[in-house]
Amino acid sequence: MSIWIDKGTRLVVQGITGRDGSFHTRQMMEYGTNVVAGVTPGKGGQQFDGGVPVFNTVAEAVAATDANCSVIYVPPAMAAGAVLEAADAGVELVVCITEGIPVLDLTTVIPFLDERGVRLIGPNCPGLISPGSAKVGIIPGSIVTPGPVGLVSRSGTLTYEVVHHLTRNGMGQSTCVGIGGDPIVGTDFIDVLRAFNDDPATEAIVMIGEIGGTAEQEAAEFVKAEVKKPVVGFIAGQTAPKGRRMGHAGAIISGSSGTAEEKFQAFEAAGIGIMRRPVDVVELLKGVLK
Amino acid sequence: MNLHEYQARDLLKAAGVPMFDGDVAATPTEAEAIARRLGGTVVVKAQVHAGGRGKAGGVKLARTPADAKECASQILVMTIKGLVVNKVLVVPAADIATESYVGLILDRATQLPVFMVSAAGGVDIEEVAAATPEKITRLAVDPRYGLLPHQALTLALALYQEWDHVKSAVKIMHQLYKVFMANGASLAEINPLVTTPDGRVLALDAKIVIDENELDRRPDLAVLRDESAEEPSEVAARRANLSFIKLDGDVGCVVNGAGLAMATMDLVKYYGGEPANFLDIGGSSNPEKVVNALKIITSDPAVKVILFNIFGGITRTDDVANGIVTATKQFKVEVPIVIRLTGTNEEEAVKILEGVGMKAMNDMDAAVQQAVALAKEAA
Repeated sequence: MSIWIDKGTRLVVQGITGRDGSFHTRQMMEYGTNVVAGVTPGKGGQQFDGGVPVFNTVAEAVAATDANCSVIYVPPAMAAGAVLEAADAGVELVVCITEGIPVLDLTTVIPFLDERGVRLIGPNCPGLISPGSAKVGIIPGSIVTPGPVGLVSRSGTLTYEVVHHLTRNGMGQSTCVGIGGDPIVGTDFIDVLRAFNDDPATEAIVMIGEIGGTAEQEAAEFVKAEVKKPVVGFIAGQTAPKGRRMGHAGAIISGSSGTAEEKFQAFEAAGIGIMRRPVDVVELLKGVLK
Repeated sequence: MNLHEYQARDLLKAAGVPMFDGDVAATPTEAEAIARRLGGTVVVKAQVHAGGRGKAGGVKLARTPADAKECASQILVMTIKGLVVNKVLVVPAADIATESYVGLILDRATQLPVFMVSAAGGVDIEEVAAATPEKITRLAVDPRYGLLPHQALTLALALYQEWDHVKSAVKIMHQLYKVFMANGASLAEINPLVTTPDGRVLALDAKIVIDENELDRRPDLAVLRDESAEEPSEVAARRANLSFIKLDGDVGCVVNGAGLAMATMDLVKYYGGEPANFLDIGGSSNPEKVVNALKIITSDPAVKVILFNIFGGITRTDDVANGIVTATKQFKVEVPIVIRLTGTNEEEAVKILEGVGMKAMNDMDAAVQQAVALAKEAA
């Protein structure tokens, strides 16, 4: 079991013929993901690797293949448009890997998706993987193994580091979700925590945050109020220097500077197990997994 | 990307925001000429990307053009928080009745641009916000509809009672919003927005931060970057497409991914060391990037050891290994290098490194502990 993606996921890849898109499509197919279509405007009618039909638009791809999930590997200038197109075409889940999308673009994209009940993961994220059943994005399939730990993270390679420790110690994962590091993302910690809390196959949750903003503090409050499963957490950036910040609005709006220490305190207050190092995840989970 | 005050003024002025006349000078003679043109007492203000410049002596009052020249010559040799001052802004000394705060920020929580205004403006606005949050009015704007007329009015009424002031402030709210959206800003702030005894409402100081992601499609904004006002090693890193921040420690770090880079620094500190930098070589694994990273790190004389921490995903560890070998052939690295790599093409990477007599480790904690120990030996 898992959240959001599994054997029933029918994936369309936007940007399938590009350098990154084609490489990662092959990786996803090798992992066993059901890639039903690709989209590259101007290349409709072609076949990708002799088997996956390519369409000019997502709507055509959905009409022909019943795709229910899209993953986006297009350049930053086109990425916001690609997300809107996928949502308009009626897929349920859009995963945007692209890094470097102007943040203001997201302020109009997210309400459009909310109105249509479409979930966006990312942008600037590694995507998600449900070990043994499906992978959407770029998380290496070789480092995960099926099991009862749900993992949610704001970063990419740091996620791999923590998953690596879990797998090496026989602690498999239900789903690993990278929500992305940008200031505005479609899916936040609370969305993922809620899904893991409701997923019968997830027994414990690992949460990996970073300095900046207050998303981890809000997630900690949600854990305290709603989550019935054990949660452990790490915050990257304990030694990061205070930025040469200009202006006052950032501090005024959050009433907080978003330091690692503030976030760890919020974790502690919510009963979240504190990982001071990535490797600490192993000892903390040993006691709680059946 | 932070804009200087004078650059922020230019953007706001072009949108019609009323402000005192003034100009920017790179030499004391230029400052004198501006002061002469303005007439009367002027303020000479350092243009630097650091807060607290007034307290650091970077803002001076000058009664005559000769005075302005003298003030500029003092300020233009200053460094404030490690950053050199290359330019000064010369503006008339204002006769001020009230000071307000107007800020517009891209808010993570609401995922919208949010206005924050307060009648208690000035340098202590953060203390005002912390001690008396009820004195700050906040208002989120839905960019699909823009700033609505009644929203602008609500903001203006939070600042002023006199209708003439309110009318002026309504216009300024719309102008500030326009500048924010048109330039892909993540912050635009007028602090203070002042009233004068003769009834005008004017912007006295401004700050604008542009989203870095905006610069690729906006070359007109990208040229506003002032590299002379930044740490030289950080400029070199950006040109090499590396994300780099210089720190005060002696363990140089080369890592792929920002989260893992921060976690690596944290672990250096955990084991009793001090990181010399944050450096993220990013997702692609071009060996040239590794060469540039090593050049930048070895140019810091404080660095006693270099620690690589690479978790291969998209990044191929054999590419990183090739980069290390290429770099050490191009120039002599005088300090020890500790390499941890795991993931994509790990076996090839280990072979490449062994071919030149270098060792690679597999465990992050062990590698960090070894790097910290080597740094202590060398100290």
